[in-house]
Amino acid sequence: MQANAFIQADIFQEFTLKEDSVVFQINLTVLLDCLNIFGGSSVGGSTALRMCYRGYGHPLTLFLEEGGVVTVCKINTHEPEEPIDFEFSSCNVTNKVILQSESLKEAFSELDMTSEVLQITMSPNQPYFRLSTFGNSGNAHYDYSKDSDMMELFQCNKTQTNRYKMSLLKPSTKALAISCKVSVRTDSRGVLSLQYLVRNDDGQICFVEYFCCPDEEVEEE
Amino acid sequence: MQCVVTGGNVKVLGKALHSLSRIGDELYVEPQEDGLALRSVNSSRSAYACFLFAPLFFSRYSIPSGLNFRCKMAIKSVLTVFRSLATLEKTVEKCHISLDEQKDRLTFTLHCKHGLLKTHNLSYQDSESLEAVFDKDNCANVFRAQPRVLVDTVVHFTTSLEEVTVTVSDERMWVRNYVEDDAERSKAMLTELCLAADEFDHFAVKSHNSITFCLKEFRGLLLFAESTGLPVSMYLDEPGSPVVLSVTDSVLEGNFVLATLSDDHSLHKSNRGADAEQPQPPDDFMNDDMDAYLIAMDTSVAPGPSTAGPPTSSLATCRKPPAPNYRTRTYSEEEENGEEDPGRPPDKKFRSLFFGSVLPPSPQMSTQPVTTQEVLASDSEDETEAE
Repeated sequence: MQANAFIQADIFQEFTLKEDSVVFQINLTVLLDCLNIFGGSSVGGSTALRMCYRGYGHPLTLFLEEGGVVTVCKINTHEPEEPIDFEFSSCNVTNKVILQSESLKEAFSELDMTSEVLQITMSPNQPYFRLSTFGNSGNAHYDYSKDSDMMELFQCNKTQTNRYKMSLLKPSTKALAISCKVSVRTDSRGVLSLQYLVRNDDGQICFVEYFCCPDEEVEEE
Repeated sequence: MQCVVTGGNVKVLGKALHSLSRIGDELYVEPQEDGLALRSVNSSRSAYACFLFAPLFFSRYSIPSGLNFRCKMAIKSVLTVFRSLATLEKTVEKCHISLDEQKDRLTFTLHCKHGLLKTHNLSYQDSESLEAVFDKDNCANVFRAQPRVLVDTVVHFTTSLEEVTVTVSDERMWVRNYVEDDAERSKAMLTELCLAADEFDHFAVKSHNSITFCLKEFRGLLLFAESTGLPVSMYLDEPGSPVVLSVTDSVLEGNFVLATLSDDHSLHKSNRGADAEQPQPPDDFMNDDMDAYLIAMDTSVAPGPSTAGPPTSSLATCRKPPAPNYRTRTYSEEEENGEEDPGRPPDKKFRSLFFGSVLPPSPQMSTQPVTTQEVLASDSEDETEAE
């Protein structure tokens, strides 16, 4: 399971890169702690951030300012590990839907957490798009009709049913909560790609993308 | 079995289930000719609740004739279907309930806005009939009040409070928290509210009784009554007899039957006292009648020094001396007299055997539709294979 966040250059007020591509690895928890150094809430004004990286071997330097107080954080960088390439290619997409997050939020908040898996069925026929859980008290299905006004795009060519570990998908609900739209795609192997469109206060757009491998091979109906 | 609930009734059904979840962990479902019965009982069998939804509550209610089916399931599973009442109200257009006896599944299908369909297939277990035996019509005291009156009363008690004592006289009803442990009484906050007869829609007292029962389950009923706005009827009898709380309208009837502390226990209680060193919290629950009552009691335990103390500052928010012809005095609990008797069993004794063999139908029994003559048995030996 892999999560990627894309923050476009134009979201930044200034974005300068001396090389074509800069890659390094840092501890995410530490980064989050530093970004929240003035507290998590937006009460008390907004925080300004400046990130500098001199290059290989140097730490990532964060300058954070709020209300006249400046904090400097230097986070050690590591050799980047090669991120797993899920080889999810847009050319190889079997089924794709784009839903408004509102309705998916409701479904995800009600999902039976005693179920170890979340099963996703996508099909050109009924039930079109279905989320299923299999928990202690029974099973539950959430069906989205292709004609639903929550369904912005429906491109399903082949009936596919795949199961994914609930524990792997749980973190994606954070992205779901702040997103306004989500695209759900599966490829021929059943690898799931969830793309969340996040719009910030200024109306700018970022994407968060999750890849998840299916739990087991499920026979296609 | 096929039932369809539409519109606002979906939320009513959800509210009923939430109320039932305050009683016990399991939901007993029994579709009957006169409606769908949903019941719950707590583990100590001292609280029972039943909601009967008449066929008219449903936009469609069809059960095969001669269907003799009852089942039980974990109430938590059903609550997941009706978890968010606000969402139910906003998005659910229709709720379809159907039974698949082959697969032992009860299916709830919620047809929601925006073309969303939620299907819950819940597994159940076969169960014995669960019906409490109670006779509302023969209760000595009957009251009916708007739910707001009762909600405003119980709000004064902490959520951790277990039991309340309700005392009635011709014109008044007192509700106060029940403090069992005498040692705690001097440290406890005692709260008492007094309701006048004119705050009730109906107030008929035939015998001045004082009963103690669990507040938690009472709140469970109030939850439902308040949201539906239905008046609550209370049927009080003597201590030890269950108190029955009901809400009814043309398409549904809800009955909560709660056991009350039995009389002998309250008698024994009065023999226990706090330590002599601990000063009594001044209260004016004592009066001449109390003294007379004390003398009439078991004199093997001498009254303590505080007995004759005059009533001082009032802890009660409203106070009127009880009428002299009280039959039962649980005010005697307030008498912190006598020595503590360590040999006495400390626990309260709830009369829990109001379940018994179901009596043959009679014209006076207008309470529960009696469909079986089976003695309510513990269902543990009746669990059949659920698969």
